[in-house]
Amino acid sequence: MAKPAELNPDSPALEVKTPPTSRETSKLAGPVTWVDDRIGLAKLAGNIRKVFPDHWSFLLGEIALYSFIILLLTGVFLTIWFKPSMAEIEYAGSYALLRDVRMSEAFASTLNISFDIRGGLLVRQIHHWAAMLFVAAMTAHMLRVFFTGAFRKPRELNWIIGVGLFSMGLVEGFAGYSLPDDLLSGTGLRFVDGLIRSIPLIGTWAEFFVFGGEFPGTLIIPRLYMVHILLIPGLLLGLISAHMALLVYHKHTHWPGPGRTNRNIQGYPFFPIYVAKAGGFFFIVFGVTVLMGAVFQINPVWLYGPYNPSQVTAGSQPDWYMGFVEGAIRIMPNWEWHLGHTTWSWNVFLPGVGLMGLLFTGLALYPFIEAWITGDTSEHHLLDRPRNAPVRTGIGVAGMACYAMFWLAGGNDILATQFHVSLNAVTYFMRVAVFVVPVLAFIVTKRICLSLQRADKERVLHGSESNIIVRNPEGGFSEAHVPLSQEEAYTLTRHPQPKALVPNGVKVGRVRQTLSRWYADGQVPKPTAAEVAEAEHHGAIEGGEGDERVLEGSDSGDAH
Amino acid sequence: MSDKELDLPVPDPGLEEHPPRFTDVDPAAADRSYRQIVAMLAAVPVLVIAFLVVYFAVPRDAELILFGSTFKMQTTLLGLTAGFATLLIGIAAIAWARSLMSDEEIVGERHGAASPPEARERVLADLEIGIDASAIRRRKLLGTGMAGALGMMLLPAVVSLADLGPWPTAEERAKTIEKTIWAEGVRLVTDVTNVPLKATDLVVGQLVNAQPENLEHLEDSAEYQIAKAKASIIVVRMDPNSIKIPESRRDWQVDGILCYSKICTHVGCPISLWEQQTHHLLCPCHQSTFDLGNSGVVVFGPAARSLPQLPITTDAQGYLVARGDFTVPVGPSFFERDSLKDFQEGDR
Ligand code: HEM
Ligand code: FES
Repeated sequence: MAKPAELNPDSPALEVKTPPTSRETSKLAGPVTWVDDRIGLAKLAGNIRKVFPDHWSFLLGEIALYSFIILLLTGVFLTIWFKPSMAEIEYAGSYALLRDVRMSEAFASTLNISFDIRGGLLVRQIHHWAAMLFVAAMTAHMLRVFFTGAFRKPRELNWIIGVGLFSMGLVEGFAGYSLPDDLLSGTGLRFVDGLIRSIPLIGTWAEFFVFGGEFPGTLIIPRLYMVHILLIPGLLLGLISAHMALLVYHKHTHWPGPGRTNRNIQGYPFFPIYVAKAGGFFFIVFGVTVLMGAVFQINPVWLYGPYNPSQVTAGSQPDWYMGFVEGAIRIMPNWEWHLGHTTWSWNVFLPGVGLMGLLFTGLALYPFIEAWITGDTSEHHLLDRPRNAPVRTGIGVAGMACYAMFWLAGGNDILATQFHVSLNAVTYFMRVAVFVVPVLAFIVTKRICLSLQRADKERVLHGSESNIIVRNPEGGFSEAHVPLSQEEAYTLTRHPQPKALVPNGVKVGRVRQTLSRWYADGQVPKPTAAEVAEAEHHGAIEGGEGDERVLEGSDSGDAH
Repeated sequence: MSDKELDLPVPDPGLEEHPPRFTDVDPAAADRSYRQIVAMLAAVPVLVIAFLVVYFAVPRDAELILFGSTFKMQTTLLGLTAGFATLLIGIAAIAWARSLMSDEEIVGERHGAASPPEARERVLADLEIGIDASAIRRRKLLGTGMAGALGMMLLPAVVSLADLGPWPTAEERAKTIEKTIWAEGVRLVTDVTNVPLKATDLVVGQLVNAQPENLEHLEDSAEYQIAKAKASIIVVRMDPNSIKIPESRRDWQVDGILCYSKICTHVGCPISLWEQQTHHLLCPCHQSTFDLGNSGVVVFGPAARSLPQLPITTDAQGYLVARGDFTVPVGPSFFERDSLKDFQEGDR
């Protein structure tokens, strides 16, 4: 009999949850048996009561997944009318302001979808908003994975798949942005043409091969269309499936807490709780993007007009996720080599192809670099609170700061007019800022992490503030403290702390040792069991001697 | 670090007790949220009908003024009805999960990602058996041969992409990216309106966007955008006494009327922002700035090369015409470009 809970007899969930006993046999037995006889459904379905932990930050990946599904659905609708052709025609549709204007069929069909197909504009706008959300959610999700250390063993491969998804997401977005062949998208393509050309040695060949000859030619839009609706979505689908399969195999990480260890997982069962929660969340994300498509205009191509290589709208900006490349291109010094009869265009190659290459390579390698520095080879299923890995958190914030500086540089003209300073000044400032701000960000972040560690320790040893002010016999005032629950004290103290590598037996190179010392440096040692016991002992009189309390608990463990 | 090595100053208290929800203890609360969820679901059909009404009844061009901005009525109403319907389904499902489904957390066990050692051993042993059975150990050329053969098959796969585009050989480049449709005697006509320009049409300080007269003939061909992407120019008149004209370019201009490529030497945006006083031309894309009063040299920004200048003169009727094509390729750099010929500060 195929009652749901009997699907996987090895399931640990069974020990806790038993199927309803009131019914003799499930009403579903018939259909389930029918399918199972043919395709072994019960084996395929595995454990439908699989446990998933709950936390808001775990929703970010879900948002990325759902916006991808929304993109697939709305994208299919758009393909019904979109014509990926660069043949020039005279527009004869219902948007009066562009009537009789020469434009490519791609642009004309975009106008057609926007003005003559009911719901067409809505779907175009949903598609574009969903694309923005997709990249934003992916980025946020990646940051949460980074800052919590969820990329550590055994999840490094899933992190790499994630980096692949992220990079392809950007390309997919760019390809889509180029399709309508409006003034902005043409300007973006011109930019890419310049980027491709700048590659040393093979740039011109790459340009001719990508564009089928000179820019713009007539092939690039049909080619990008293939890339946008077949090649990259196919790759994304494949990688997302692998990403999800690995997620199920590894089981989701969870936050430290009472009863949670590296060997167990606590949360709600997939069926029915997550079917409802995740399914419901899909509809919420979908609903929100539809509402955005309904009320917020996005990419009104009819206002830009068709692509014209002799025109540009002032202040034309790419979609936000390309802003960092735009900024790098803007602030790069104009280095170019003219060697013999050749031109080496570092001013375009380095900030364009170079920077993107650096970003994705750096991201992909990070888990391995960190593991090499820490010498950590064990499996991790409990997440780190960012403060407990101060150097990693510092590196992450430094990376974000660097990205932010490049991104801001992409609006250097806007900054200049907003702050009434010269464009030159903004540009020189940004050239320095992209290097200096990350260093400052690292230092500040690490300090904040360490003081948070100190605050945690303080809390464990002295309890939380009770909001009750006590006056002692000498007339001093102090705030009474209540001891923490064991649950909270445990949660605040169970984390491992990074330790410098000590070469016992194995040889550890100089660089590696220095790095590992740097990685572990400055940690506020966790309270020891003895300190905790001592503090508990004092707990009763804590309120009375509160005024003597040294607020910044020092490393020596200052339990009075 | 495995759990054993971890020092735990505070012992693990074990899983927290599960607190019952409001809806678990108060049947009235449970009924209330049941009613709310059903009401949300019941609103969906209403919204769907509204969607259909909008789809068939609201004309395409009707407009809607809300909070002072104009919306396309059909788009907005379709979106609002469909959006809220979708949202309600989502909210109802989550409310159901949160308030009415059992919220007892359960615990599962984790196993290491690695297979048990026996399984690993077995796979290794099977691999060995398989390799032995394949005879590849004794007849080594089988392996090498197969790998080589498969490797060779990459060649046809890669080589068949060689027709992705024409090959930019020296000859091909000379016909394409190193050339524009400008030629001796081609008139300068205004962009968009195609009116031929006379020297007298321009006053000092004025800048005009122009195209070659012969561009119009390409209008129906695929060459049109390609030609325009290279041939677009700006014509500017400056006071000859206030600018530097090098000896070699004396006869490239007509009474202080100079003509430059409009295509930025950085990544190819059409340049447009003209500062009359300084004779600077600023590219809106990344703010490279060129000095048109000094043969187009770069004064600021990421561009590395001067803006190519087009030599012009007047024809018998007094119209401005080109004296030939640009002397260097226009637009962004490419590897094979011979950039020693571009104008540099200090050239004569
Ligand atoms: C198409 C884009 C992506 C989709 C649809 C997606 C989806 C998801 C989902 C639904 C989860 C489980 C929930 C969660 O932890 O948030 C997840 C987990 C994960 N993702 Fe992604 N993701 C995407 C991109 C990325 C990127 C860019 C990275 C990192 C570079 C990444 C790395 C990971 C890792 C390591 C996990 C396991 C996390 C854990 O178990 O704690 N993913 N992904
Ligand atoms: S294209 Fe002109 S500055 Fe970049």
